[in-house]
Amino acid sequence: MSTILPLILKDVAVRRRGKRLLGPVDLTLKSEGLTMIVGPNGSGKTTLLRVMHGVERLSSGSATWAVAEEEARHRQSYVFQTPIMLRRTVADNLRYPLQLIATPRAEVETRIARWAKRIGLEERMGLQATRLSGGEKQKLALARALIRKPDVLFLDEPCANLDGASTRDIESILQTALSEKTRIIMTTHDLGQAKRLARDAIFMLHGVVHETGLATGFFSAPQTAELQAFFRGDIIA
Amino acid sequence: MNDIYEGLVAAFWLVVTLDSDLMQISLRSLQVSLSALLIASAIALPLGTFLAIRRFRFRRLVISLLNALMGLPPVVVGLIVYILLSRSGPFGVLGLLFTPTAMIIAQVIIITPLIASITHQAMRELWAEYHDLLISLNTSPWQRIKTLIWDGRRNLLTASLAGFGRAIGEVGAIMIVGGNIDNATRVLTTAIALETGKGDFALALALGFVLIALAIGINICIHWLSRTEREGRW
Repeated sequence: MSTILPLILKDVAVRRRGKRLLGPVDLTLKSEGLTMIVGPNGSGKTTLLRVMHGVERLSSGSATWAVAEEEARHRQSYVFQTPIMLRRTVADNLRYPLQLIATPRAEVETRIARWAKRIGLEERMGLQATRLSGGEKQKLALARALIRKPDVLFLDEPCANLDGASTRDIESILQTALSEKTRIIMTTHDLGQAKRLARDAIFMLHGVVHETGLATGFFSAPQTAELQAFFRGDIIA
Repeated sequence: MNDIYEGLVAAFWLVVTLDSDLMQISLRSLQVSLSALLIASAIALPLGTFLAIRRFRFRRLVISLLNALMGLPPVVVGLIVYILLSRSGPFGVLGLLFTPTAMIIAQVIIITPLIASITHQAMRELWAEYHDLLISLNTSPWQRIKTLIWDGRRNLLTASLAGFGRAIGEVGAIMIVGGNIDNATRVLTTAIALETGKGDFALALALGFVLIALAIGINICIHWLSRTEREGRW
């Protein structure tokens, strides 16, 4: 199976009601590891993520995968900052993405059982998903995103509002996914998490890519004054 | 007060003796209204859902039209269906006038906008909640409609029950297109109108109580069914 990467963003801009939310952005995502997007609120992190995922309308520029648009859409998943639970049981939430692409029944059940175990919700498979706790919901959302075995996974602050234990669970799932060659692109406000997970990083500011680099240099020796200030915890105007 | 008391007594005896006329009339009421409900739901539930998730040019117009049609006067619907189905009308050759089928057609026209409008309200909310996820999962429009209908089925039940309530209690349209013919198109509401006109208040009241009991019974029945239904596939 060939990979759907690289993803090439060329001169991408998103404007809404005369306001520029993103761009111009030129970016190429190659096929390895985890890319962390950091930056202050309103810097365009989420918009960039949505552009990559193909759910944001571009005002100009282009985003192209190595394969056709339709195939690429099928081989990627997205986890939202606030998990969206279908008003169904936990098991049916896991089943849903597979149902959409007509997966054989036996295969569906195997994968549901495996993921139920991995996220520790085996006992609660019959429960309505909307009644789970915040951490459980986010884990379920992550499992639901990974159950199709996507090539690329996008996460928008998956650990916002979660406590240490839940965060650790989620990071361990992400590490496993990485070891299974899933390409991950995520945003976070948690610099500790960024350092723990990132292979490379992107610093967004005012809707543009301000600095990029491999994690090693990015966190220890930031080049621009703004990124240095961001790491110091200063408020960047 | 005396009338109501006599009505209650008469209703009691009609029901316990399983009065054959009463049974026939009640069953026909049920048959007509449930058929109308099924057909109207089959049209209105997907339509209301579609209106909630799809943006198109005349969407606002269609929605306000639907809301306006909710208040459609049944008598006028009856009149129009009558003209369409009468011997000289465009569908006269079908010979449907004064049959239960004609009554079903009239009721479908009356309750479809109501069900579609309530469906639209409920689905709009659910769609706002699901929107990002369903877009992200790359669902087809038809898959989206199916998902929303399935996950919003409790709300849709409410919409359908509102439609049923309007259908079973409706008299103006079915009186005109059905003709209230004994043994053929007489239903509870038209029979009540007839008996009241004749001055037989006891019988009219008895029929009225049966009608109310029927409406409540069906509602309870459907709610009970939907609660016990197992979560399944769609």
